Amino acid sequence: MFIKDYISDVYKAVRSLLTGMKTTGKYFIHPGEIITQQYPENRDQLHLPERFRGEVVMIHDENNEHACTGCTACELACPNATIKIITKFDISPEGKKKKALDTFIYHLELCTMCNLCIQACPTDAIKMAQNFEHSVYDRSKLTKKLNQPGSKIKEGVE
Amino acid sequence: MFSLEGLTNSLQQWLAANFSAGWVLVIESIIVILLAIALFAVLGLILVLMERKVAAHMQIRLGPNRVGPQGMFQTTADTLKLIMKEGLTPDGADKFLFNLAPFVVMIVAMLLLAPIAFAKNFQIWDINIGVLFVSAVSSISVIGILMAGYSSNNKYSLLGAMRSGAQIVSYELSAGLSIISIVVLTGSLQLSDIVASQQNGWWLFKGHIPALIAFVIFIIAVTAETNRAPFDMAEAESELTAGFHTEYSGMKFALFFLAEYINIFIVCAIGATLFLGGWMPLHFGNLQGFNHLMDYIPSSIWFFGKVFFLIFLIMWFRWTFPRLRIDQLLNLEWKYLLPISMLNLLVITIMAIMGWHF
Repeated sequence: MFIKDYISDVYKAVRSLLTGMKTTGKYFIHPGEIITQQYPENRDQLHLPERFRGEVVMIHDENNEHACTGCTACELACPNATIKIITKFDISPEGKKKKALDTFIYHLELCTMCNLCIQACPTDAIKMAQNFEHSVYDRSKLTKKLNQPGSKIKEGVE
Repeated sequence: MFSLEGLTNSLQQWLAANFSAGWVLVIESIIVILLAIALFAVLGLILVLMERKVAAHMQIRLGPNRVGPQGMFQTTADTLKLIMKEGLTPDGADKFLFNLAPFVVMIVAMLLLAPIAFAKNFQIWDINIGVLFVSAVSSISVIGILMAGYSSNNKYSLLGAMRSGAQIVSYELSAGLSIISIVVLTGSLQLSDIVASQQNGWWLFKGHIPALIAFVIFIIAVTAETNRAPFDMAEAESELTAGFHTEYSGMKFALFFLAEYINIFIVCAIGATLFLGGWMPLHFGNLQGFNHLMDYIPSSIWFFGKVFFLIFLIMWFRWTFPRLRIDQLLNLEWKYLLPISMLNLLVITIMAIMGWHF
């Protein structure tokens, strides 16, 4: 019936609009809900969400060992050639040659923090760190070597 | 007790004692012009800041907070920036109309200031057809917008202006009908009479539910008439860049921007006068003690309080509701608001004839 539909249309519209106004009105009178952080002032007690992605870092343990096998899965996963992996061949005591990581080059200036390399890594050697203050005066400083000097692969990671 | 009425009376007496009648008129006109311009400037600064703060708090943000304490001077800094910018006129534009348009919009806003009663006996021009004057003059602003859109020689501007024309012409109907419903109850077009008729209670309360419906329709219609979101078809940032003022820059852009906020103030002032009693304090029928207590608050504070409440309401709409498409916009007006307000007007007329209101 036309009149009934018409009235129920108006009623539903008004009710849904009022629901929206209730939500925004609640936010307006509850300043405690504000999530903005006053960044330069609160730099010391800055609270970043857990999943915030600032840059790619390689995890090193206390023995300066990482878990990267040099498989280049991250390099292949990267959509804009941010990662370049240079491999070398280690000679094991039995005299067998084994592929290993020589240099993990990371171009921060090309990175979009898409997280695909972390997902591609089979050994969880890299992760996203939360540091976001990346400004430098020279662009070449943004090209980073992620594996620390003298580091080697962990025992047992294949 | 502070009152603007006493101020104007003593000024009038002082001028009458020191100058001839002709000069008194000239000086008073100059004072009124200066006051109007000052009010415009101050309102522009306050309303833009208020809008940004309200928007921020509704979106769980802080809003401007770097320039001055709590970001109070943000809009002043913005205005300084706009003054220093170059006012560019595009090559293909119709130069005369292009430069005239912002002033047309601004002059309309200034004319609308004339019949508004800011406080008890504090009114520039108490014309006996006040409400008619307001609804007639407010429709001239669409000419300014059409002028701006047409003369910019830009298809987005033209589209924005055409939409604005369709929108303002349609929504004026239901705004007019809800204004008429109060005129029916009052029996007068004069704004001072309308305020005086609310001595024993505002029309929003005295007029029962039909007055409430008229008020809601009025608020929706004026939101559309001032081209504000959710009815910002004329600007349509997402599809028409900025609609009719795409090509404007510097101070000419600022005039459009200012006129938008002044228009909000004016329509809210009209709404407050018609439905919330203008400068009339909150009175309930025969509660003498309560009414006297309310009278101690100056009438100008009552007026500005009501107006700013309505402005807040309109800002609340803007930051809550999703935008309408142009066909939905016209559907809303022609299929819903107009029939409802016509029926509502009929009910109110019957109510006024039978004397059912308080």
